[in-house]
Amino acid sequence: MTAQLPDNQSWRKGSIAETVDWEKLRNDFPILQRQVNGHPLAYLDNAASAQKPWQVKEAEQALYDHYYANVHRGVHTLSQEGTDAFEEARAWVASFINAPEKEEVIFTKGTTDGINLLAYTFGLDYLKPGDEILLTGMEHHANIVPWQLVARRTGAVIKVVPVLENGTLDLESFDKLLSEKTKLLSMVWVSNSLGTINPVDYMVQKAKSLGVPVLLDAAQAAPHLAVDVQALDVDFLVFSAHKVIGPTGFGVLYGKRKWLEKLPPFMGGGDMIDQVRFEETTFNALPHKFEAGTPHISGAIGFCAALKFLAQIGMDRVAAREQALGELCRTKLREAFPELRFIGEAPERVAVVSFLLGEAHPYDVGFILDKEGVAVRTGHHCCQPLMDRFKIPGTVRASFAFYNKESEIDQLIAALAKAQKMLLP
Amino acid sequence: MSYPSIQEIGDEIVEEFSWFSSWEEKYEHLIEMGRQLPIIDEAYKTDDRLVRGCQSRVWLHAESEDQRVVFRADSDAIITKGIVALLVRALSHQPAEDIVRSDLSFIDTIGLKAHLSPTRSNGLVSMIQQMKQYAGSQLNH
Repeated sequence: MTAQLPDNQSWRKGSIAETVDWEKLRNDFPILQRQVNGHPLAYLDNAASAQKPWQVKEAEQALYDHYYANVHRGVHTLSQEGTDAFEEARAWVASFINAPEKEEVIFTKGTTDGINLLAYTFGLDYLKPGDEILLTGMEHHANIVPWQLVARRTGAVIKVVPVLENGTLDLESFDKLLSEKTKLLSMVWVSNSLGTINPVDYMVQKAKSLGVPVLLDAAQAAPHLAVDVQALDVDFLVFSAHKVIGPTGFGVLYGKRKWLEKLPPFMGGGDMIDQVRFEETTFNALPHKFEAGTPHISGAIGFCAALKFLAQIGMDRVAAREQALGELCRTKLREAFPELRFIGEAPERVAVVSFLLGEAHPYDVGFILDKEGVAVRTGHHCCQPLMDRFKIPGTVRASFAFYNKESEIDQLIAALAKAQKMLLP
Repeated sequence: MSYPSIQEIGDEIVEEFSWFSSWEEKYEHLIEMGRQLPIIDEAYKTDDRLVRGCQSRVWLHAESEDQRVVFRADSDAIITKGIVALLVRALSHQPAEDIVRSDLSFIDTIGLKAHLSPTRSNGLVSMIQQMKQYAGSQLNH
């Protein structure tokens, strides 16, 4: 269990020297062995949530069987051991994203929680009437609605970088929209519905050159790409553990110390205080100032195990494997179904394949795919403004993880052929 | 004109579906029924007649004719539309009281109950609620 903390290069390369046997690696994910509706499960809904290796469950079970107690409180042995493991998780997360200090890693319930935390601290304290929050047209509702709520209270205005037909951002508009009125750029790194990898290096630098702080939604990037908050130079970055083969209900907010020191606490309660008096309360140091109440202890322990699993493979190999699967899927779909329309064909993309099969409604297609054991997501993917932009009700989305295999693409194609036969006369 | 009761129509649908052994045949039949559902007049496809679902949308129009409730409905997804067709076939032109009391167990019998699960968010659950609500409001007149 006491694997060494990898440095940023090791996160990319992975700790195992030999070639990864991807087929064998699937055995670490017990759920992938199951049957659905009489077919082997082809789980292609990884952008919604990733499956977990047994090591995650085992780590959580070890916690409950051997050293479970509340953290940061007791003097007794269990609480000490639990706190050590909990804080070890923080060190692993800091290493995973190359945060300069582990105190800059705040544990949250997930991406949505992290964005709301910032909306209600940064947003309420720093936005005035007429100030602008710059978003993009491919944001998840989680990076739209919190800012709308805050804009309503502060009088701030939301501006949106348009999306081009191929699913990339209109950078010319971005350059124009970014101004001295912009008080925050809050944007998605990788689109959950298009797979587009946005040019964050350019966009973050451009924002920084005007002194605009940047919040990066890395929910769809963290599972697939090496993350380096120092190289990115973002002020804030959020993601969820459950999409990174970790537990649900657990996530991360990274913030630069200078911001986290300045911002007021979000929620009040235990753990986040220094001294409580009815006259005045002073707050605990980072990261505890933003972690009121008993945290999701098993979530942290489980996520630490997930990160140790990924550290062995290395994020470059994860990215390459997924890239190969995603592109193979696109090629095979194009060959098999000339009438298929891809939504999102950005040159820089992850293995998210969003499409429409002729005139068939995504709901109908998804239903028939499920009958054939293929799990995909259908609908608007919590991106209604983006669907409106493409004038579609939604898409069928196949999204890959490194543990998927080539034969699952063939299973998808066969199931789609059946859907085509049944739905399109 | 006389109409069969909801129960009789339900039995008829169960009988029809008993011919199919595979899910493919069953759904092909359902899709066919969706295609045959008289297309609702575009004028009725307004937002106030829209039953919102996350996955597919349903339009429902209800009116009273000769002491009976008449439904017209449509959906943008064809499988949903097939089930809409079944519900309209069973409930349209029925007395309001019968609609309110109907249990629609035939949907369960033919193995399509999963589509009426609230988690499907296809608008069907709300559609049935609205059909019954409309019928209920006619009773109170």
